[in-house]
Amino acid sequence: MAILIDETTRIIVQGFTGKIGSFHAQDMINYGSNVVGGITPGKGGQTHLGLPVFNTVKEAVRQVGAEASIIFVPPAFAADSIMEAADAGIKYCVAITDGIPTQDMMTVKNFLRRFPVEQRMILTGPNCAGTISPGRAMLGIMPGHIYMKGNVGIVGRSGTLGYEAADQMKRLGIGISTSVGIGGDPINGSSHRDILEKFEADPETKVVVMIGEIGGPQEVEAGIFAKEHMTKPVVAYIAGLTAPEGRRMGHAGAIISSAGESAAEKVAMLKDLGVTICPTPAAMGETVAAVLARM
Amino acid sequence: MDIHEYQAKEILSGYGVKIAEGGMAYSPEEAVQRARDIGGHVWAVKAQIHSGARGKAGGIKICKTHDEVEAAAEALLGKRLVTHQTGPAGKVCGRLYVEAGTDIVKEMYFCFLVDRSSERIVMVGSAQGGMEIEELAENNPDAITKIYIEPAVGLQDYQAREMAFALGLDPELLSHAVKTIRGCYRALRELDVSMLEINPLVVTRSNELVALDAKMGFDDNALFRQQKISELRDKTQEDPREMAAADRGLSYVGLDGDIGCMINGAGLAMATMDMIKLAGGEPANFLDVGGGASAERTEKAFRLVLADKGVKAMLVNIFAGINRCDWIAEGVVEAVKKIDMKIPLIVRLSGTNVEEGRRIIAESGLPIITAETLAEAAEKAVQARNEAVAKEAAQGA
Repeated sequence: MAILIDETTRIIVQGFTGKIGSFHAQDMINYGSNVVGGITPGKGGQTHLGLPVFNTVKEAVRQVGAEASIIFVPPAFAADSIMEAADAGIKYCVAITDGIPTQDMMTVKNFLRRFPVEQRMILTGPNCAGTISPGRAMLGIMPGHIYMKGNVGIVGRSGTLGYEAADQMKRLGIGISTSVGIGGDPINGSSHRDILEKFEADPETKVVVMIGEIGGPQEVEAGIFAKEHMTKPVVAYIAGLTAPEGRRMGHAGAIISSAGESAAEKVAMLKDLGVTICPTPAAMGETVAAVLARM
Repeated sequence: MDIHEYQAKEILSGYGVKIAEGGMAYSPEEAVQRARDIGGHVWAVKAQIHSGARGKAGGIKICKTHDEVEAAAEALLGKRLVTHQTGPAGKVCGRLYVEAGTDIVKEMYFCFLVDRSSERIVMVGSAQGGMEIEELAENNPDAITKIYIEPAVGLQDYQAREMAFALGLDPELLSHAVKTIRGCYRALRELDVSMLEINPLVVTRSNELVALDAKMGFDDNALFRQQKISELRDKTQEDPREMAAADRGLSYVGLDGDIGCMINGAGLAMATMDMIKLAGGEPANFLDVGGGASAERTEKAFRLVLADKGVKAMLVNIFAGINRCDWIAEGVVEAVKKIDMKIPLIVRLSGTNVEEGRRIIAESGLPIITAETLAEAAEKAVQARNEAVAKEAAQGA
């Protein structure tokens, strides 16, 4: 059954009629995702890519039963769009947008926490490649064809490194239940830990691969969760062995600013927590294969 | 984005934070003039570089005469200061801040920053000032007080009071302390500050609370709505290659190694650098060319990597998603021809249209070394680098 999305999930695109929104909406439709429409304020009532355009997310929820949304809105307006989705009753939202101010994300997280847990929208991203349940649905910008359907869950901060992992596994005949990009920003919708929790509850997922990087506490927090609450094995790779302290490595959140945030420190802590470490980024596939072989 | 101490103080002063009287100087003569304007008998001449821990690096000089001010300014202007925050290359001092000497009776540490774990702003303080907070956290963590701010309602007065008492301030200073702390918080919220540090915050002999130093960092993602802050950028404090990259929409970080890198995606870039290291090499740079690597962008990226004359070999690793390997391959071939590259180039393509991309490289007739996997790419890059270095050594001998 995968996690977060499948072929039945009714999807809308926020920032639907823009160049980037249109391109990826078409790509998702081609993959087989159940895209039911999109939002562009002021263009409600029009048709785009053969689908209805709505002025507000609430209208889309009411009229076409939208359940999930993907956000291609520019950084200055993205936080507002995420909150609109949450308020309209969208259950799952992927924010692709790169460059949302940190304080805006603090506002978003605070806004989401005001909803009771059972009504609270799940957010992944921003600054991510999205989520894919191979063979079922894609809610993102990844090349769908590199993912094979299977039983390994992937959660990672980086887009292309996630593709690399999926590709290495595919070469070894290993498929993916769902791959979730949580994004490279310092404050993001869902943490590694949040996604591990979902994979643990998914009967189809047997092993989870966590692809982390320097900066922040999330990988170790996820490791603690894995040790205390998971029955499924977790395999991890932490990027940024060569990253110097205090320098931002591309992602807004990829910066070593305090103790415990370097790749070496995270790896040591995760090992202690019983997580299987990929010795190199080229060995992600092999490491998963070895773990699967022992099961 | 970081700013200078004098800029941070000017901003904070506008938010009700008390600072010592001071002025900017770009020459020894100006420094003496500032000292005259300020009056008194003691001045601090402070190098303005984007780094903390300037005192230890000799960047702050206490002077008792105008001659001393002049001598201090002469010594500091144009000097390269190295602190643990600047890295071994250090930063050149082009501006000075001359400040009235302060008679200190108590030094404290105070800062606001974004806490990634709680996703809140946290206020951090310690009655033991003057030390680096990292040092304090290691040696005496109990001496640090952390107070988390609820984002919906913001900083409350009781929290500011709690901090004032934790700093060991005299009750007489309480209302001034609350005003100072509130001012800092207001600046942080209004200006998209990601880090604000006052180290030390001091109590003077005349029982005033003064920010003796101030460091502010701003959220780069929010600069689009902070025009005035963007104007404070001092490009002389930033790595020229990184600036050039940013102007071209590329993300670059210069490092000490000699294998140049061009990769798409920050995570894959870090992973490729890790792989180079594990194969026995050292990366010369981090470079993320992003998703839409056009031929023009590829050429710019090549020029950027090769501008580092220490680079002995270059590795290109692209996982094409939205992009296509054949487009990338064409861009690479074009760039190599245009630039007349002299060092070995290793290219690894993966993802969409990979076969076509590999064919273009193979048929180009250029001496490009290709690799199929990440491990193979890193090994070949290290090997090519070692051969190039050996050849140079042989020619030298």
